[in-house]
Amino acid sequence: MDAATVPWIILFTPLAAAVVILFFGRYSKPFSAGLAIGATLICGILSWWLFTRPDATEPNQFFWINLPDIFSVPIGVTVDHLSKVMLVVVNTIAPLVFIYSLGYMKHEEGYWRYFAGLSLFLFSMLGIVLADNFLMMFIFWELVGLSSYILIGHYYPKDSAADASKQAFLVNRIGDFGFMLGILMLWLATGTVVFSQLFTSETLALLQGNGLYLTIACVLIFCGTVGKSAQLPLHVWLPNSMEGPTPVSALLHAATMVAAGVFMLARFFPVLEHVPAARDVIAWVGGITCLVAALMATQQDDIKRILAYSTISQLGYMVLGVGVAESWDVPMFHLFTHAFFKCLLFLCAGSVIVGMHHEQNIWKMGALKNKMPFTFLCTIAGTLAITGFGFHGIGFSGFYSKDTIIMWAVVKAPVLGWIAAVTAGLTAFYMFRLLIVVFLGVPRSEEAKKAHESPLVMVVPLLLLAIPAVIGGWPFIEHIFFHTTEPENVPSIVHYALLAMFLGGAGLAWVLYRRAAKDPVSIPLFANRLYIDNLYTWIVKVFQDGVAWLAGWSDRWIVDLFVAQVPSKLTWACGYVLRFLQLGNIQAYAFFFGAGVVGLIYLLIAR
Amino acid sequence: MTLTLAHYLAASGALFTIGLAGVMLRRNIIIIFMCLELMLNAANLSLVAFSRFNLSVEGMPNYSGQVLVFFIITVAAAEVAVGLAIIVALFRARQTTHVEDLDSMKF
Repeated sequence: MDAATVPWIILFTPLAAAVVILFFGRYSKPFSAGLAIGATLICGILSWWLFTRPDATEPNQFFWINLPDIFSVPIGVTVDHLSKVMLVVVNTIAPLVFIYSLGYMKHEEGYWRYFAGLSLFLFSMLGIVLADNFLMMFIFWELVGLSSYILIGHYYPKDSAADASKQAFLVNRIGDFGFMLGILMLWLATGTVVFSQLFTSETLALLQGNGLYLTIACVLIFCGTVGKSAQLPLHVWLPNSMEGPTPVSALLHAATMVAAGVFMLARFFPVLEHVPAARDVIAWVGGITCLVAALMATQQDDIKRILAYSTISQLGYMVLGVGVAESWDVPMFHLFTHAFFKCLLFLCAGSVIVGMHHEQNIWKMGALKNKMPFTFLCTIAGTLAITGFGFHGIGFSGFYSKDTIIMWAVVKAPVLGWIAAVTAGLTAFYMFRLLIVVFLGVPRSEEAKKAHESPLVMVVPLLLLAIPAVIGGWPFIEHIFFHTTEPENVPSIVHYALLAMFLGGAGLAWVLYRRAAKDPVSIPLFANRLYIDNLYTWIVKVFQDGVAWLAGWSDRWIVDLFVAQVPSKLTWACGYVLRFLQLGNIQAYAFFFGAGVVGLIYLLIAR
Repeated sequence: MTLTLAHYLAASGALFTIGLAGVMLRRNIIIIFMCLELMLNAANLSLVAFSRFNLSVEGMPNYSGQVLVFFIITVAAAEVAVGLAIIVALFRARQTTHVEDLDSMKF
């Protein structure tokens, strides 16, 4: 075993598990779960081992399409610092989620289908992480879309789940189309899709010779992130994807799907950092997304939807980080910490949902802190991590990563920086709203009174995840994985402002929701998600109905005219004329036949 | 007077013409059928004649023509069996052997 084959083993182990489960998993639940978990554990151990190895310098690839001097597409793996860190994140979270699923999915339908889907999902994500060229990345990008479709639609007999999976796939396709165009533009300009060739100084110089073209290409590539990482305006699929099983949401939000968009930007960063115009677009999309999603999160009632909007908001931070920071370490650092605390929060939500017998409305919960003590503790840890609690260099993991992004934003683009800072306050508000309503106060339903702590197989992954969620951002850990830098000349007021935001948001939530029986605040605009979903529904309806009507009309009156009406009438007319030749006299036929033979002979001889 | 190839071919042509005329002009389907056989045998006659008068350098006839005639006779025998069976079936269905009465396919 050497450092050249290990990435391939990491990549294909989950696929092998998925295939075997697909064929044989239906006969045995322990077999399919064991195989999937075993595969992730192998991936996890190998990823950590690989992390300790130096970066690969030799290309590790074989050619899939090879037209020398014209176009060649290698299928290869990149083993550099970025992919090693991402492998560690993905393959640390995946085994925990898989093990947690044992408890969560115990009594659910389609057990083997679920584990096969999870393994395929992991395989797709690892393909993106390891890809050494854009085409391979795009293939796995689409595979991630497919796997998410399968898993979000796990409860496919339910209409809402089937619709949500369809929506996730279609919305992603919109972003992917831009991504594909961006890749094609880059390929057209440089003749290569391989990262190591794209990031050479000659290629960069060549690209920079045509500034506008490069900017458009970068923005189009960013469209892929907008779809996959659920940025405005393509964020609508992510909250609806909550129809899937909760562990899927955890995996999807922490490691395997939405992170792909940010990871791709980090991978593309060597080009991106030379395109300030594109980075402005990226920063603004990220900043606006993080604010708007946080506003929407403040008025949701479904525990998973709150977390979904908070994911969008946090992804907004990361994308903002790509737009303003001077290296990819800054957004990837937040991705790293976010992966742990968001996964933790989702698994906590799953634990609550199981304890509440599949009730997801937070206004039916309450006072769960004594009944589910471990889940409560873990949720506190996750909440403090996501809200970035801390001051003077000591705090929970989110404090380090998020504040670094905000500081960069404040220095580089003050407006966005203060938007991000305000969003931090909103984050504290909606997360403490969730925490207070679910775990404190009084029970608001019979289920809440009878709730119970989840089994050990679910609690242990929670506790394991709580550790990195708390300490994942501490400088000594950060320096193992990242080399983040803070901007110079940060106004010291930022630190105080962020602490004030945290205290303000949390305090407001405490005052408002401490004894609330139902939501005392009602802002229909936020509860209805700024009516963006309704707008999309309307647009789709108008366009779809219009196009359907047009297609129906042209099919009936244009296509049918030429392929059905005209040929049928013509055939009928020819038949009508020709049937007068049917004389009904056998000798006439014999005569025609003879005349034909004579005519043919004449033609043959006369030539 | 010696018989030459031309005599045989003339006889063959006459037989073929008679057959053709019969097929074209007669109305009884059995007669038409017999005239068809006559045309076949006219062809056989010319084949045999060609074979007999087209000697090789060793003075042997060209047997290909004669073998072909055997094939034609064999196939014609099979064809007669089928044809007569059709005519019998036709007569049972329509009680007629006159082709003028068989025009139900006419428009």
